[in-house]
Amino acid sequence: MLDPGPTGRFGEFGGRFVPEALVPACLELEAAFASAWADEAFQARRSGLLASYAGRPTPVTECRRLSDRLGVRVLLKREDLAHTGSHKINNVIGQALLAERMGKRRLIAETGAGQHGVATATAAALLGLDCTVFMGEVDVERQALNVFRMRLLGAEVRPVGSGSRTLKDAVNEALRDWVATVGTTHYCLGSVMGPHPYPYMVRQFQRVIGDEARAQCRALLGGSDPDVVVACVGGGSNAAGTFAGFVDTSARLVGVEAAGGAALGNGVPGVVHGMRSMFLQDEEGQILEAQSISAGLDYPGIGPEHAFLAASGRASYFSVGDAEVLDAFKLLAATEGILSALEPAHALAWVARAAQDGGIEAGSTVLVTLSGRGDKDVAQVMDLLG
Amino acid sequence: MSAPGAPVRPGGPGAAGAAAAGTLASVPRRPDAQGRLEARLRERREAGRKLVVPYLTGGLGDDWLEVLRAVAAAGADAIEVGIPFSDPMMDGPTIQEASRRALEAGATPLGILGALAAAEVEVPVAVMTYYNIVARAGERRMAGALASAGVAASILPDLPLEECGPWVAAADEAGVENVLLAAPTTSEERLAAICARSRGFVYAVGLLGVTGERRHLASSAREMAARCKAATDLPVLVGVGISDADQARTVCADADGVVVGSALVRRLLAGAGPEGAAAFVGELRAALDAG
Ligand SMILES: Cc1ncc(COP(=O)(O)O)c(C=O)c1O
Repeated sequence: MLDPGPTGRFGEFGGRFVPEALVPACLELEAAFASAWADEAFQARRSGLLASYAGRPTPVTECRRLSDRLGVRVLLKREDLAHTGSHKINNVIGQALLAERMGKRRLIAETGAGQHGVATATAAALLGLDCTVFMGEVDVERQALNVFRMRLLGAEVRPVGSGSRTLKDAVNEALRDWVATVGTTHYCLGSVMGPHPYPYMVRQFQRVIGDEARAQCRALLGGSDPDVVVACVGGGSNAAGTFAGFVDTSARLVGVEAAGGAALGNGVPGVVHGMRSMFLQDEEGQILEAQSISAGLDYPGIGPEHAFLAASGRASYFSVGDAEVLDAFKLLAATEGILSALEPAHALAWVARAAQDGGIEAGSTVLVTLSGRGDKDVAQVMDLLG
Repeated sequence: MSAPGAPVRPGGPGAAGAAAAGTLASVPRRPDAQGRLEARLRERREAGRKLVVPYLTGGLGDDWLEVLRAVAAAGADAIEVGIPFSDPMMDGPTIQEASRRALEAGATPLGILGALAAAEVEVPVAVMTYYNIVARAGERRMAGALASAGVAASILPDLPLEECGPWVAAADEAGVENVLLAAPTTSEERLAAICARSRGFVYAVGLLGVTGERRHLASSAREMAARCKAATDLPVLVGVGISDADQARTVCADADGVVVGSALVRRLLAGAGPEGAAAFVGELRAALDAG
């Protein structure tokens, strides 16, 4: 995938649309990331922590019973087995080390499902940094377990009561905090969104998913790549990290959005949260509230690189509804003994649908990134299934 | 483990050429001619007066146009009218709440501009909003709408210097002066470039943070005013955090004037109405005139 250059552009998308107060911090971060990324000592420290602390590489699991059921060969990239239970730790370890390198002793983060908040609180505990996590009040309620985990890890969780009281508003509040504290605080953004360099930097920190998976698939498939590579898309970090490993293969790349948060399906170009991308918005430019059972996909926008990949046709994007997602969640549990998070259950739901309606050819090999484990969602699913 | 990624297509498509979007080179030079807002502020400054620019949220209450007129009559040198946005990232709780209420009451950009066009206030009006409102309408269409509504200037706090090219090109063409903001984190080099491109006045952000009242004037407020004054002959107004007449007078030891938002909007939210708003702006006016 491309280097967006100093202007942070992926085609017409991306950029750095932030208040003047934050421009110098974004420039500083861009330079710090470039120097760290090229620094062997930094990379060694990062890969060391990813291996010895986060448990990488995560395996690729062949799903025999699920494959029989669906008529396509399903492989799962198991980010659910990474420390803290999702792919979010990959990005956070990179950014926390970067914050340390820049001399910033406080991390702030937004979180929806709570997985990025938990990962940030974890890295802060590990490196002895202060941590404040912004989380919409709706999400505080539906992801209560993760709120408690963050507090156990020593983070302050600040419920956000403005707007839709979900992920979008948590981002607003984190940005407001950062405007006031930028000298001492690093904003540890949780997805491939926001102003440059975040979309690029977060994708680079997440590309470990795709780079590992490509080698693992080749070992498993006698040197071939999967036919289809699928990931769920909230902001798009697990998908971008996955796609980065396959963009130069012939694999078809598919991102799956929540039907109620389908920024590529139903959105139009706009400029919010520091980036030009696709957003759900009305005729006047007011941002609409996303609606999804999955707190992590409940976001009315999408990372700019996905907007670009969609526009260029290299990746395609679909959306699935809450009911299909619950079916997929149950199917994976029953056939493979894996409780998925609701977010990647969207990716599985699309695979189940496409395997049936010809969207994926019978007998194809499909790699799905299982971006997180389902423990956090079990109570909610229990309510939903009655 | 991933290898450090080699750039595949540096700059990406569309970013080629000298005037790539998002660079300083993509920002057209400031026109030589003074706009109406700048001319008015200069004239008042030259008459020895400190400048008061109140902010109010468009569409907040049925009587917001009366508030506008009352504030003008109470001695405002220009008025900032906010077009409310769903996600105002530079605003604290007071203006967030005002934006929410205005949107709930059905405020729209075109509705506000239509009302301003009909209001015919003699004091220059600057519209303050977020870039998505402009981007959604389209730069040229929004610039035209502002101009036909008689709006003199625009202030877009999430549109920094490098990204403002498409908007200022359209605004310049329509005769709308785009005001740029400078912040305490802005380097001297950036400050010079901001002052060279700003029209109307230079908006010196008085503190690191979002809009909202503060008990004490931040020490950065006067510093910012002094830094901007040293960099430009344009009027320099300090805004964000200026909360009362005392603070306004103090900061005007260095600044040409102040923008006062949350302190006024809080009063409006509490039901002050046109008279209450005029009384508050009158206090600011009197404090600055007394020096
Ligand atoms: C398990 C899991 N997957 C996916 C996401 C969505 O984020 P992204 O699209 O950045 O991968 C989240 C976000 O909270 C998550 O917790």
